[in-house]
Amino acid sequence: MIASILEWLTSSATWSGEAGLGARIVEHLWYSLLAVVIAAAVAVPLGLWVGHTGRARWLVSLANSLRAVPTLGLLFAVALWLGPKISGELAFLIPSVVVLVILVIPPILSGVYAGVEAVDPATRDAARGMGMRGMEVVRQVEIPNALPLILSGLRSAFLQVIATATVAAYIGLGGLGRYLVDGIKTGDYVSTAGGAVVVSVLALLVDGVLALVQRLVVSPGLTGGRTGRTRRGRSEPTTASTSPTTSTGSSTRSPARSGMSAGDGGVDSHAT
Amino acid sequence: MEWVNDHWGDIFALARSHVWLAGLPLVLGLLIALPLGWAARRWSRLYPVLISASGLLYTIPSLALFVLMPLILGTRVLDRANVVVAMTIYTVALLVRTVADGLGSVPEATLQAARAMGYKGLRRFFGVELPLAVPVIAAGLRVAAVSNVSIVSVASLIGVSQLGNLLTDGYDRFITAEIVAGIVACVVLALLFDGLILLGQRLLTPWVRAQGGRA
Repeated sequence: MIASILEWLTSSATWSGEAGLGARIVEHLWYSLLAVVIAAAVAVPLGLWVGHTGRARWLVSLANSLRAVPTLGLLFAVALWLGPKISGELAFLIPSVVVLVILVIPPILSGVYAGVEAVDPATRDAARGMGMRGMEVVRQVEIPNALPLILSGLRSAFLQVIATATVAAYIGLGGLGRYLVDGIKTGDYVSTAGGAVVVSVLALLVDGVLALVQRLVVSPGLTGGRTGRTRRGRSEPTTASTSPTTSTGSSTRSPARSGMSAGDGGVDSHAT
Repeated sequence: MEWVNDHWGDIFALARSHVWLAGLPLVLGLLIALPLGWAARRWSRLYPVLISASGLLYTIPSLALFVLMPLILGTRVLDRANVVVAMTIYTVALLVRTVADGLGSVPEATLQAARAMGYKGLRRFFGVELPLAVPVIAAGLRVAAVSNVSIVSVASLIGVSQLGNLLTDGYDRFITAEIVAGIVACVVLALLFDGLILLGQRLLTPWVRAQGGRA
């Protein structure tokens, strides 16, 4: 069995064509990226706002309680409700993307919120004391300090989307899930297992790449340089004074350091 | 609602199956994660290895893991054991870190006091360290329980029946009420697991309430 799966994985017929493995991988990544970008566009500003002002904390608890809703149910309910209202190709794409977006708003939101919330109040006070205004504090102090948790929220969101996009093949979405869902329906175990192997490898690779990005972006030197670069000379000392906090923050906060996406989401969800 | 009234029997049968498929892995996962978490604490070099290994396992999409199980275990494709083992893997992946961090949260002074009172080895672990780690471990267990209940419903796509069947069947036959019933049943089950773990935590850590009363 393993031999025939390997043969399937390495045969050129599997990879070529519009419905080939290569095209499916691109599709899968495209849906995932689309959903994460849309969700981040909503959740990152919202999380920054809740964390910065301390208002509307219930939004975070609400988002976290959404996690108890089974993904599959959400997927089917939205597909049945939205599907008939949209015609053509988009009838499959839009409901799936809507669900994927709803699904990953909670991990991103709670990551951003937890990150901003965890910023040392003394650091924030110091920034204000040096004359920074609201948005300046957010951009130059809170975001750099919260970056480890923001990024691990995004990372776990991405992985969740990859997993759920697979299941969404059941409601007609393309991508790698097609091999699994179609393979199960037709009893073709070789392509089912082959597809499963490819999705798993894809998820592992994406996780690895994001872990690398996390390490590069969060490095204390880089964060210090990033914030200092575009500002006037006056803000340089502030940047220098916040960067030590950034480095200790990222090294003592274990979720960000060891970068396990799964645990982070979980810990966040109960921290609130 | 009408649909639900006509199908109470089915819903309960599926819910019972769901409880097994989500609950048994929770217990098994905890039993496996306890020694692993302890080992990660005991040998600090093991900690990053175990944490990243469990992170990698959790990365694998659920449907893919379900599908690959027969290949690894040699079971039949429709075997319920596939789901139980896959869910146990996820549970262990979540809990190893929680157990290690929970044991790490026990203050050093407490451990020294325990040693001074003659607590050694296993007796110290079960008598002092583990009970004090219960709040952290219970928090992790609650996360695992809620995510297990949700993930198990995906198993209906590989033909293992549980509450997820209400979702797939409702979708296939355009019965919205059935999908809603499935979602509500899953959420109720998740809350039930959550409540049970919380209750267990209360019973296992009576000193937390005692302290709260005094302060």
